[in-house]
Amino acid sequence: MIRQLLVKKVTHLASIVLSISVISFMLVSVSPIDPVRAYIGADMLAISRAQKEKIEERWGINEPMHVRYVKWFTELLHGNLGHSFIFNQKVTKVISTRFATSLWLMAAAWVISGMLGFVMGIVSGVMHGTFVDKLIRFYAYMLASTPTFWMGMLLLICFSMWLGWTPICCATPPGILLENVTFGQRIYHLILPAATLSIIGIANITLHTRQKLIDVLQSDFILFAISQGETIWGATRHHGIRNIILPAITIQFASFSELFGGSLLAETVFAYPGLGQATVLAGLKSDVPLLLGIVLFSVFFVFTGNTIADLIYTLVDPRIKAGAPK
Amino acid sequence: MLSVHQLSVRFTSYETGLKKKETLVTSDLELAVEKGQVVAVAGSSGSGKSLLAHAILGILPGNARVSGEIMFKGTPVTPKRQIKIRGKEMALIPQSIGCLDPLMRIGKQITRAGILSGIEKNKVRVTNILRRYGLPDHTANMFPFQLSGGMARRVLLATATVGKADLIIADEPIHGLHEEVASDILSHLRELADQGKAILLITHDLSRSLLIADKVVVFYAGTTVEEASATAFSGEGKNLHHPYSRALWQALPQNGFFPVSGTQPVLDHLPEGCVFAPRCDKTKFICKIKRPPVMPTDGGFVRCFHA
Repeated sequence: MIRQLLVKKVTHLASIVLSISVISFMLVSVSPIDPVRAYIGADMLAISRAQKEKIEERWGINEPMHVRYVKWFTELLHGNLGHSFIFNQKVTKVISTRFATSLWLMAAAWVISGMLGFVMGIVSGVMHGTFVDKLIRFYAYMLASTPTFWMGMLLLICFSMWLGWTPICCATPPGILLENVTFGQRIYHLILPAATLSIIGIANITLHTRQKLIDVLQSDFILFAISQGETIWGATRHHGIRNIILPAITIQFASFSELFGGSLLAETVFAYPGLGQATVLAGLKSDVPLLLGIVLFSVFFVFTGNTIADLIYTLVDPRIKAGAPK
Repeated sequence: MLSVHQLSVRFTSYETGLKKKETLVTSDLELAVEKGQVVAVAGSSGSGKSLLAHAILGILPGNARVSGEIMFKGTPVTPKRQIKIRGKEMALIPQSIGCLDPLMRIGKQITRAGILSGIEKNKVRVTNILRRYGLPDHTANMFPFQLSGGMARRVLLATATVGKADLIIADEPIHGLHEEVASDILSHLRELADQGKAILLITHDLSRSLLIADKVVVFYAGTTVEEASATAFSGEGKNLHHPYSRALWQALPQNGFFPVSGTQPVLDHLPEGCVFAPRCDKTKFICKIKRPPVMPTDGGFVRCFHA
């Protein structure tokens, strides 16, 4: 059964990568980006028309789109994503180093928002209809409609400028070599961006957990537990959480796309040198190879989250696990 | 042990707009169970039997209003007391397997019931109780979905009796079971009564409940129409006082399979007089305008003008 599932997932991923690559390649091709101009920048005035045409011919810019696509995709299959001119590095190298930095941020935000949201959802669900529930729901709805960048700026103004508790930017202190940065300094620089990203992420999991718990609390086995002398909190602790934790974890894994999108904005606000910031730079400076590379990487990233969300039930829920043919 | 007097349950609901509507679902219930007794509460479905169990335990939904009197061990049962004694002094055997936590192993659920009933965690003997009801030891490691219907009922029986509850309320414990499994469960209930517990057996299966019951309380349209000793249900039912009790008895296949014409009235459209009047062949004028009071009989009570 696992083998079947694996084959299915890989086929699925391949078809997504193929279609995303076609669509994004087409979009970039029809966009008004002039690759030569983007590469040369301000020195554009210094080169002659003939020189420009020569470069275009060498790069194959005037060939039909499908020919260019096939060339690019063949290179892609060989693991060559091209060269990023804004970082003057291979695209794969840029993505791997940048992602390593972003991973800290995203992981922290993912864990914090998951745990806080789950706890708030439980409190809200058990006390549903009360003032506490209304407060939590109001908070969640408000956050759900708050733009990430705005929240980031607000925190920055409050904690970095007024209170001076947190650094104003970056992932490491400026002026210190990367290898000399301590773990504590990394955490210190992580606090605010991670807080921004998790505060936004909380709403979804809170509201979802709340609704799930309300449904579970109305089930027969909770009523039976109450008849056995369980209190509402006791019933939640012993039976409720058990029945809502899987859906909650699932939804948290399925939120990888929001996480990625959120990190884009949060990293820009905090000048945090992660993948999100690289994406924005690549877009603004028309670094096409890097942009396409990041698009494809984000496909893998989101797909991984969704696949884990899919598989969790199969691997963890005893009803599916034990019921599966051996 | 337990006595219920003039118990009524109403549900408040809001119709379109803010018009409040009260629905009377059970009215003027009378019932008594003593130590060592099995009292069967029999009646067709929709007669409010399960609500009785929930009212005694205090687990009715929030929009329910209970009036009347419930006495347990000689003192009145208040909502506050219900919280204290449910699971400890009175236990429920619910009717469906859906009452077990689908994601918790059986052993753990029985242990939890034991702890809630006041036993220390390391003194709950799960294996003992499983064996008592003929369940294999490895049942403790199973999840509810792995149990057969019969096993599930035994597990529910185990959760209710792992503690030391003196009153056990069994809500349709044999519904949908094979003859063999059903009689096994019933004999366990009888055994518990013989050990000194009081059993309230809620069922629509009159003939099976008679196998173990000392007394039968007949339910009709949300009220108790008669309480009679189990021995009164014999022959042509001449010792029964209420026409509905007799009809219920005679409707059994082994007693002639005589149907009663008409249907049980809907609970929010009960007749003004006797609830059985529309279907009774002895209906007089008084039956249509007045609810008959409770009148004592040789084996219990009856609610009929003609008894």
